[in-house]
Amino acid sequence: MTVVGFALYALIGGGALLALVRLALGPSLLDRVVATDTLLVIISAGLAVYAALERSPTVVPVLVVVSLLAFVGSVSVARYIGGMLLRSRTGDGRDLGLPLAAEVREEQS
Amino acid sequence: MTALADVVAFACLLTGAALCLTAGLGLVRFPDVLSRMHAGTKPQVLGVLLVMVGAAIRLDGWANAWMLLLVAAFQLLTAPVSAHLISRVAYRRRHVRRDLLLIDEFGPAGHQDPRYRGDEPGDAPPEEDGVLPQPS
Repeated sequence: MTVVGFALYALIGGGALLALVRLALGPSLLDRVVATDTLLVIISAGLAVYAALERSPTVVPVLVVVSLLAFVGSVSVARYIGGMLLRSRTGDGRDLGLPLAAEVREEQS
Repeated sequence: MTALADVVAFACLLTGAALCLTAGLGLVRFPDVLSRMHAGTKPQVLGVLLVMVGAAIRLDGWANAWMLLLVAAFQLLTAPVSAHLISRVAYRRRHVRRDLLLIDEFGPAGHQDPRYRGDEPGDAPPEEDGVLPQPS
């Protein structure tokens, strides 16, 4: 059982670390939103794995909170970025509120 | 019986954890927002469902099973909504690699007017410098 537990924690920890890499690299705000959403889902999966391995139902209410928090966070940030389109002057909505790296990436494509 | 239940539970947990790892790999390797969402939604639905099934098998009692079922139902309800919002904003802000798209139904043929795109007040025609937008 300890081997299975180690493998489970290694898989989930690797996924969380890679999501953190994408959260740090960006390049745009929406990439970070997607990475945060995935990271919260991975965290809830890790909590469920902990509850299953230890047979302790202590963290089960936390799972409900984390899953709702992921939804509210990603939806509110997406609506916020959508509201930034209001004050854009060039009309295509990519001149405000974006890091410079996103624009560089867009020029390459 | 308990050994068989444990084997089934650990198989579900391992599959869900492997889906979490694939989500991280896809997030790092894929090129733009839409394909990263494609990778990131794998553990949001199937991974969470498998992990919740495994945890419900391992944890005794119906109260825990119902609460885990609630978490799975929340995930199934909320994942399409957030994915729709994020992808819509990503498309409008041109964070999509257009050269990687096979079909672009909102492409240049769909938007004849370059100044007015979208269906929200935030997508109204932009203000020019000192000139109010004329209704067309």
